[in-house]
Amino acid sequence: MKTTNWEIQVKKNTKKLAIWTALWTSSMALATFGPKFIWDENTILTILAVLLNALLGLGMILMNIRHINALDDLQKKIQLDAMGIALGTGVVGGLSYSLLDITNLISNDAEISFLVIFMSVTYMISLLIGQKRYK
Amino acid sequence: MKNRLKVLRAEYNFTQADLANKLGVSRQTVNAIEKGKFDPSLPLAFKMSKLFQLSIEEIFQNEELE
Repeated sequence: MKTTNWEIQVKKNTKKLAIWTALWTSSMALATFGPKFIWDENTILTILAVLLNALLGLGMILMNIRHINALDDLQKKIQLDAMGIALGTGVVGGLSYSLLDITNLISNDAEISFLVIFMSVTYMISLLIGQKRYK
Repeated sequence: MKNRLKVLRAEYNFTQADLANKLGVSRQTVNAIEKGKFDPSLPLAFKMSKLFQLSIEEIFQNEELE
């Protein structure tokens, strides 16, 4: 199947976004495990690692905005629907999860990582459904 | 919304990929518009209008107004 110029541009942006995301997640791992395993709880290095993580996160967000702006009408709609579902279920699910913790209905503390995983999975499933719907 | 995109594309002997390239959108978007699953934005409708040298109303018909 012939690839359009538009598709080539979107592929380039997607690749750049993947690189920024990989850098951000790597810096997250560095800031999380570095203090214990690499620099022996040195406060300055820990602050620098957290700042680096925040800066790379900002870069990832800006690249994501550029990526979405370059999409066409339909792709933007699919993304918007998926983001809306992920945000909505994240807020509702996250608050319900927090309530379960506050009211001691669950034995463990509510972990933010569960919410991030839940929102990510919801977003990916919504994207797949959106892509299938307009195929 | 109904549209004549598929017919016009055939008249111009364009494939969906050709039309997508000329409009700067994905082939999936052209396909979704042709099947009536998705209505294009006004800028995209104007691009189609310019490409086929027809008014927007000659390409798209709003079923609710008929």
